[in-house]
Amino acid sequence: MPTLIKNGSLEHDRWTVLKEATGPEVLRAVPNKRFIVPLKFWKDYGQELSDYQGEIAIWLDSHENVSELGDALQTFPLIALNFPVFSDGRSYTNARELRENLHYSGEIRAIGDVLRDQLFYMSRCGFNAFALRHDQDVELCLQAFTDFSTGYQSSIAEPLPLFKRR
Amino acid sequence: MYQYDQYDHQMLAERVAQFRDQTDRYLDNKLSDSEFLPLRLQNGLYIQRLAPMLRIAVPYGLLSSRQLRKLAFIARHYDKGYGHFTTRQNIQFNWPALEDVPDLLAHLAEVEMHAIQTSGNCIRNTTTDQFAGAAVDELEDSRPYCEIIRQWSTFHPEFAYLPRKFKIAVCGTAIDQAATQVHDIGVYLIKGPDKVTGFRILAGGGLGRTPVIGQEVFEFVEKQHLLTALEAILRVYNREGRRDNKYKARIKILVKETGVDAFKAKVMAEWQKIKDGAQTLTEDEIQRCKSFFTDPAYLERSDNPEQLSQQLKQDALFQSWHSRNVHPHKQTGYAIVSVAFKETGVAPGDVTDTQLDYLADLADEYSFGEVRISHRQNVVFADVEQEKLFDLWQQLKRHSLASKNLGLLTDMICCPGGDFCALANAKSIPIAESIQRAFDNFDELTEIGELNINISGCMNACGHHHVGNIGILGVDKKGAEFYQISLGGSSRNEASLGKILGPAFAQDEIPAVIKTLVGVYKTNRIDNESFLATFQRIGMEPFKEKIYANAD
Repeated sequence: MPTLIKNGSLEHDRWTVLKEATGPEVLRAVPNKRFIVPLKFWKDYGQELSDYQGEIAIWLDSHENVSELGDALQTFPLIALNFPVFSDGRSYTNARELRENLHYSGEIRAIGDVLRDQLFYMSRCGFNAFALRHDQDVELCLQAFTDFSTGYQSSIAEPLPLFKRR
Repeated sequence: MYQYDQYDHQMLAERVAQFRDQTDRYLDNKLSDSEFLPLRLQNGLYIQRLAPMLRIAVPYGLLSSRQLRKLAFIARHYDKGYGHFTTRQNIQFNWPALEDVPDLLAHLAEVEMHAIQTSGNCIRNTTTDQFAGAAVDELEDSRPYCEIIRQWSTFHPEFAYLPRKFKIAVCGTAIDQAATQVHDIGVYLIKGPDKVTGFRILAGGGLGRTPVIGQEVFEFVEKQHLLTALEAILRVYNREGRRDNKYKARIKILVKETGVDAFKAKVMAEWQKIKDGAQTLTEDEIQRCKSFFTDPAYLERSDNPEQLSQQLKQDALFQSWHSRNVHPHKQTGYAIVSVAFKETGVAPGDVTDTQLDYLADLADEYSFGEVRISHRQNVVFADVEQEKLFDLWQQLKRHSLASKNLGLLTDMICCPGGDFCALANAKSIPIAESIQRAFDNFDELTEIGELNINISGCMNACGHHHVGNIGILGVDKKGAEFYQISLGGSSRNEASLGKILGPAFAQDEIPAVIKTLVGVYKTNRIDNESFLATFQRIGMEPFKEKIYANAD
């Protein structure tokens, strides 16, 4: 299980990411769990699984758009955004969109190729949880959030751009 | 020029520390090559054929004498004594050692300079007209807006991993000297409805493998909406730009494949969400940025002083330098001076440590301590008293800086090419030199008149070959270096892309080919028509015929 940093400190991860799932029976076989399921899976079986005893959250791949979530958005305790490779920057836009335009206030978790040197920018875009790639040095990762003391732009971390603060 | 405050200084110091840590981890094998790659690129560091190459940002081409002296120091201590002005108003060094780069960046930070985002798939240095603030044909000084864009784009957390690199140019002058239309985003200062100054914004221009002229996305936006408009374009691009094929990843392909109207609709939809939001510019911020670009303390002088007229009459060499290198200035009694870095036998844009120091001294003495770099790889003293032009010219001569070929055939744009660059298919510097040697008669050059030759060593088009009146592109043909010629390109207001002449040539054929092309032009031109105008009138055929006549 990957190491999880949430809100700046290490946390025990109670969620399981389902990378792929064939059908609702996969979840029903293990009740009272917390699953993060793919967007397509949720679209196909979300309705059917409304009586599931555990908790269900979803994850979006980088090519998927958070606008597809519609009104259901606010019902998710957690939305995970995937980085298939760390150099794919689309999930930064999805995170900002979630926080800034869709006013989502639950957990936004980075999953996939999540590395120390991208954590600061992720946090500014609205991610507050990070499932680190298995080989990452946790201590170094915890330091990443203070790489910079501030930024020029309006961001989730600092809604006012520097020119309105200086 | 812009002066850093405590925030700018602090963030820059933090960046140096961050890169030092990243370099340490890389050298310690804790970061893989592929993980270190975008990190070093976003600090301007390439691994080249012979050594790393470090590209240092010169925001919109503006340098103070203090910064020039620091660059001279860096050339001496970390390089082999020279640097290279690039086509995006930056300067790069070809010989620093990787482990020295963090120290080098710390030196730069002392003079408010850096290498941030000079490479990599992020927003690059914003460029503009090298005459900004001094030009006679300017609607408004573009530099404050460049600085506003610089701050917004620096460390932008959302746009550090775009599909591909992203270049923005801003133009405030009537004659576009910034190649604005061939940028990912081109911003023009214009008068809108009610005579209010704002911006016209193009997107999807670019050179490289698929050259495209940018298309209008915002017909007019008021000043306060500049950043939200840019952000909306970037957001659509970040989300939808192609990531499956490096050669189709620039915004120009997205705009083309989506269609400009559909692209525009997407941008407008994004813009509606953020327009009037936190990033909306305030009048205070615009005024703050403008306050760094006020006029220097001009003295009361008159145009065409008697002394200058005498000097021009008495010295024919000075007269011919003056006619090429001195441009009109908005302030009475002042002039703009271009210094061509196109001496035969020296790679175009190359500058030595001694010359950098010397430019600093001259800037202090003649131009309020500042110079600008142009995208044609030359240097500009923007505020010179006309009375002192003769003195300045004599000083420049002493350091071989009085080339008078500005704007002429031998004032070429040229990328570093196969001698340095790992991407190149062919050399470009020796091509430039062979052409310069073939046209070594100044009278002949002036007689030919305005003619841009742009040379790139590969498809990536760093030498802007598509927009050269004559473009030369190095290609690889079964392992041998060949050169493809195109004609009719221009990066001015009526921007156009060159058309390919025909089959490529071997390196040693190029000077004769250029001679023949110039010959066709001279035979066909009417009155003082430029090469470009003649080409546009007579078309490709006459050139083609003459060049390939004996080939069959």
